[in-house]
Amino acid sequence: MREIHTDQIISALEGLFIDANINLSQFVLDAFNRAIDREESPVSKEVLRELITNAEIANKENIPICQDTGLAVTFLEIGQDVHIVGENLEDAVAEGVRRAYKKGYLRKSCCDPFTRKNTGDNTPPIIHIKIVPGDRIRIVVLPKGGGSENYGEVRMLVPSQGKEGVKSFVLEMVKKGGPNPCPPIIVGVGIGGNFETSALLSKEALMVPFGERNNDPVMAELEEELLEEINKTGIGPQGYGGTVTALDVHVKSMPCHLASLPVAVNIQCHAHRIKETIL
Amino acid sequence: MEIKIITTPLNEEVIKGLKAGDKVFMSGYIYTARDAAHKRFIDTLERGEELPLDIKGQVIYYCGPSPAPPGKVIGACGPTTSSRMDAYAPKLIALGLKGMIGKGKRSQPVKDAISQYNAVYFGATGGAGALLSKSVKSSEVVAYEDLGPEAVVKLYVDKMPLFVINDIYGNDLYEMGTAQYRR
Ligand code: SF4
Repeated sequence: MREIHTDQIISALEGLFIDANINLSQFVLDAFNRAIDREESPVSKEVLRELITNAEIANKENIPICQDTGLAVTFLEIGQDVHIVGENLEDAVAEGVRRAYKKGYLRKSCCDPFTRKNTGDNTPPIIHIKIVPGDRIRIVVLPKGGGSENYGEVRMLVPSQGKEGVKSFVLEMVKKGGPNPCPPIIVGVGIGGNFETSALLSKEALMVPFGERNNDPVMAELEEELLEEINKTGIGPQGYGGTVTALDVHVKSMPCHLASLPVAVNIQCHAHRIKETIL
Repeated sequence: MEIKIITTPLNEEVIKGLKAGDKVFMSGYIYTARDAAHKRFIDTLERGEELPLDIKGQVIYYCGPSPAPPGKVIGACGPTTSSRMDAYAPKLIALGLKGMIGKGKRSQPVKDAISQYNAVYFGATGGAGALLSKSVKSSEVVAYEDLGPEAVVKLYVDKMPLFVINDIYGNDLYEMGTAQYRR
């Protein structure tokens, strides 16, 4: 049993959310640079150059990449040999988020669903916990803006719709979003499980490194085909028309019920803010 | 690419020279307003009262910035999705509003008002909040302070980078661009 104090979790989260919102990861910048080479539209090349300059300014001036600093999505993979001491874990995560959004001058974007009254400190965060082997805690933060999240959907397909059904659903969502989720986008597709699992798989798919393919050759092929077809829609960076609509597409899947084919699509914008640490 | 330099308030001559797909640098005063402020504008007009600012020739920026860190004029200040303001925009355009800055497609009634009254819809790059903040030189709340991040703020911008999306000739960059690169 290894003890980890919630104070460590709080300060890790504080640092991660500020870092994620201000410093765009190098792998995203590399993807922008590759996109500039591939992009055919001069207007959209210019947009991609703006995104690189934007990231440089954010980093230098210590301000967020995008003003929508998102809901605080937090993944915790907790080793089963860890003993968490201190306060209640969920309270600790919320405290880390609260501190990050205050100290980092990040926008508080969390409100009541009907009255729309802001909760004031960007809490409660969205927390996903998994118990894994080992005696460590892996924390991944993915602050997620509203513009891209609004173009996600879970749909229970009829099993006979199969792979083609999944493809047309994903393309429908990409076209529906058009310029609104701030392309070039990253598309996460969750296939199988049940209603709620497919949604979670689609979000986890966004966390897969660019260029990495699903181990299952069928799913890997689906990823390749979707990426190609999405980039043929012509939507392009910012929707101004172009050949780079998506930076990548990732599929995560698991077995499902005999009678179902749950599919979820989660779209991420170019402001792909993701940071992680291991305690 | 070629960049057109324009200043606010926008006059007819400048507006006539702008075409969908142009990159422009805008300088001068612009006003932020998003959902809640637009609702108040329209409620005010419906009561037969005057708007808190004279919008003739002016430009509205659909934006809700992140808080300004100490020593900075503004935080990250990229555009928000314009379509949520579509219900209100035609009325403001009819009253003389000349420019709107945001991201995403506009409704047909907005596009019609743009052609009918000679206005322009500009796109600011969504998610480029840090870049856009560099062009903001001053910021002052001029109405609805109680709305917090949704208050109407008068910004002085210097060479704010924008693209023309809807021009007075009925062109739409989203439609043109997508059609051109669809395979
Ligand atoms: S979709 Fe993403 S990049 Fe665009 S405004 Fe929202 S958070 Fe920012």
